[in-house]
Amino acid sequence: MGLAKRVIPCLDVDNGRVVKGVQFVDIRDAGDPVEVARKYDQQGADEITFLDITASSDDRETIVHVVEAVASEVFIPLTVGGGIRKVEDVRTMLMAGADKVGINTAAVFNPDFVAEAADKVGSQAIVVAIDAKAVHAEGETPRWEIFTHGGRKPTGLDAVEWAHKMQTLGAGEILLTSMNRDGTKSGFDLALTRAISDAVSIPVIASGGVGNLDHLCDGVLQGGADAVLAASIFHFGEYTVQQAKERMRERGIEVRL
Amino acid sequence: MQRIAIIDYGMGNLRSVSKALEHVVPDNTEVLVTSDREKIADSDRILCPGQGAARDCMRQLHETGMDQAVRDAVAGGRPFMGICMGLQVLLTRSEENDGTDCLGIVDGQVRRFADGLTDADSGARLKIPHMGWSRVEQESAHPMWQGIESGARFYFCHSYFVVPDDDGITTGRCVYGHPFTAVIARGNVFACQFHPEKSSRDGLQLLQNFSRWDGRQ
Repeated sequence: MGLAKRVIPCLDVDNGRVVKGVQFVDIRDAGDPVEVARKYDQQGADEITFLDITASSDDRETIVHVVEAVASEVFIPLTVGGGIRKVEDVRTMLMAGADKVGINTAAVFNPDFVAEAADKVGSQAIVVAIDAKAVHAEGETPRWEIFTHGGRKPTGLDAVEWAHKMQTLGAGEILLTSMNRDGTKSGFDLALTRAISDAVSIPVIASGGVGNLDHLCDGVLQGGADAVLAASIFHFGEYTVQQAKERMRERGIEVRL
Repeated sequence: MQRIAIIDYGMGNLRSVSKALEHVVPDNTEVLVTSDREKIADSDRILCPGQGAARDCMRQLHETGMDQAVRDAVAGGRPFMGICMGLQVLLTRSEENDGTDCLGIVDGQVRRFADGLTDADSGARLKIPHMGWSRVEQESAHPMWQGIESGARFYFCHSYFVVPDDDGITTGRCVYGHPFTAVIARGNVFACQFHPEKSSRDGLQLLQNFSRWDGRQ
């Protein structure tokens, strides 16, 4: 009897609308963040993550209204990431009703931002998102590097060392995405997940590559993840969050069902 | 018409708590976020939330005069609910920030989870803060538990836990490396370490129960 491993659906939001085609037959407006979030809550999601992919900074204000609307209707923890660059951005999201804020690129260019944000609002509200890519050749010792700009730009930073540094600076959680696996449906990079989970004492959320329910289980059982995040397998109605948890329980993982 | 006052002492966002309450309370209920002592004194139920570090919370309680509002509310006998830091500040003293004196309304200490805790069943290393969904076993019957099963999971996010001198007031217990007090109930006080406003259906049920509770055990 202990802490349940978490299942977290992730929604991409562009200009206030859920994108990447959420397809539920039984909701009226699949682009409405409130409706989609409510649906996931009903299915038993442990948290919901919103990733703001709005390109224009002029339209960033819309995500604040999205968070306000969702937090007024859906009562599970909410994380918001995308475009968070200043402590002011962090505060704005928390005041709007987010429980945690994801910091990605800004942490790479200015690591002290993580420390400053954690100092102001507490580590529990700071999730550092790490996009990592395997850079070792076959047969070599595994090594992963931090990439920015959707996996296009290498930084030279070692992912395991980086994760540890983020914890030291005050990150409360790591959202780890394998850029090799993202969108492939071939499962998490389990070696990467394990390397990061072993390197830090804060929770690790595995992300990137989920194609079926056993991938979620593997992320916990082999990768050592505390939580698993997925988008498309839930959005397209292939599986419900409840089915994911039932499968995890069958494989001996403690979940909230 | 009844009013539920949410005490605002400047520690974090009270929007989630107020929205969750508004979502479940009966129609004749006003939910008011306030730091006005008269309005709090005039309310039918008082809820004290809170997040952040103990020293900051205590300083803010003193500076806003809300420490007295809490004492008056508890002494006044109307239903009082504490959430997270709203539970911890009721105790005598917290280990946080090299030791912080709290309100001393409930005798006992607030301690930090020790580093190197492991799960008794799996042997897995446990991370701090304790963040996520854990089971709360109901140690005693209480009107606030109506409609909620013993062992239901609630959302926790904390590094410190309360140790009341009188364990008899522990009405909900959780296990994280070891058993700890997740809920205390004494007279008109019901205070929980977890966040009902983030605990989906069972959390909302608890808040709804609060909106109907008469303040008796």
